[in-house]
Amino acid sequence: MRTEDLIATLSQDLKPTPSVGQKLLRPAVAGGLIALVLVAYWLGFRPDILRAWAAPMFWVKAAYTGLIALAGFGCTRILARPIGEPWKGFVASLAIFGVVALGGTIQLAMTSTFDRRALLMGGSWHVCSQNIVILGGPILALTLLALRTLAPTKLRATGAAAGLFAGGLAATVYGLHCPEHALAFVAVWYSLGMAVLTAAGALLGPWALRWR
Amino acid sequence: MSAEIEDRLKALMVRGQAGESAAWNELLTRLSKQLRGYFARRMEPGSADVEDLVQETLMAIHRRRMTYDANQPFGAWAYAVARYKLIDHWRRGRIRKHVPIDDVVDWLADTSTAEEGATRADLDRLLATLPKRQSQLIRDVKLSGLSLAEAGAKAGMTEGAAKVALHRAMKSLTEGRAL
Repeated sequence: MRTEDLIATLSQDLKPTPSVGQKLLRPAVAGGLIALVLVAYWLGFRPDILRAWAAPMFWVKAAYTGLIALAGFGCTRILARPIGEPWKGFVASLAIFGVVALGGTIQLAMTSTFDRRALLMGGSWHVCSQNIVILGGPILALTLLALRTLAPTKLRATGAAAGLFAGGLAATVYGLHCPEHALAFVAVWYSLGMAVLTAAGALLGPWALRWR
Repeated sequence: MSAEIEDRLKALMVRGQAGESAAWNELLTRLSKQLRGYFARRMEPGSADVEDLVQETLMAIHRRRMTYDANQPFGAWAYAVARYKLIDHWRRGRIRKHVPIDDVVDWLADTSTAEEGATRADLDRLLATLPKRQSQLIRDVKLSGLSLAEAGAKAGMTEGAAKVALHRAMKSLTEGRAL
């Protein structure tokens, strides 16, 4: 095909374009709803959900994971374009994690050696990270699919950003199920779940996001 | 890209994003000329791949046009898409990639002045003392003006690896080991 003909074809029936934000918000909403349905019908909401709203720790957890989700979304939105510097969001995520990890460490230090294990392991350490990864899987998959129609050029970083976002959102929804309230627990097991999704995104990125 | 062209193309891009066919046609036509030059400078002379890359890039720009943000410089956006396509092209072609000897001969013969010819000959002798991989990298980045990412993709390395390899190559040149 001659290039002029190609240009003529491409410029026929041109439609106004949706924004990048809209394109990425759709999988976020859909994936978030899937995670919510999984919590409602598979894991179950925490039994004290109606009272938990009043507990500060419920909101501290939600703030931690929610901020990570926001930072991940911000990075993803920047990386969906071929140019732009996304590193602020990654640095912000690390800083947020640093604050929570510090809080968890202080909490452990103030606890007697005997109780430390209980604080750190809670009653659900063996399923926490894994459940977050399962809840985040659909969010990550849908976000990567949406990114395929955009123009990321740093594929690994873009995948990682999508994973960070999926992790943050999944962990926030998981907070509706999980009754753990120790900051040390959240700093370890929630963070691990989010880190696994970030790593999965980084691994999948170059393969899933390559332009067709 | 001059500021004047930049402003002109940016205006066309924004109108194209809003769905204006005439503006989009004009933009793609102007871009195709710029892109032809961009790819021709980076490929073997007379390569048939140049026009393919121009078309592929125009299609990518068309399909992914919503990713341009009017707060960003338009030229940088368009060339980022072109560069992605170029690197992708080299990656795909890596299996059958080779450096034809004609290319080197052409390049050596490309001497506009006698003085420059002498310089080039010196340079060539110097580069010949380096391992092939290193000298190619220096040629690509320092002489042909490829970016580290582009030269790396051509040699089958990541941008980071190319940066390290280039640094080492330049170091061994300046340390006089090559002389």
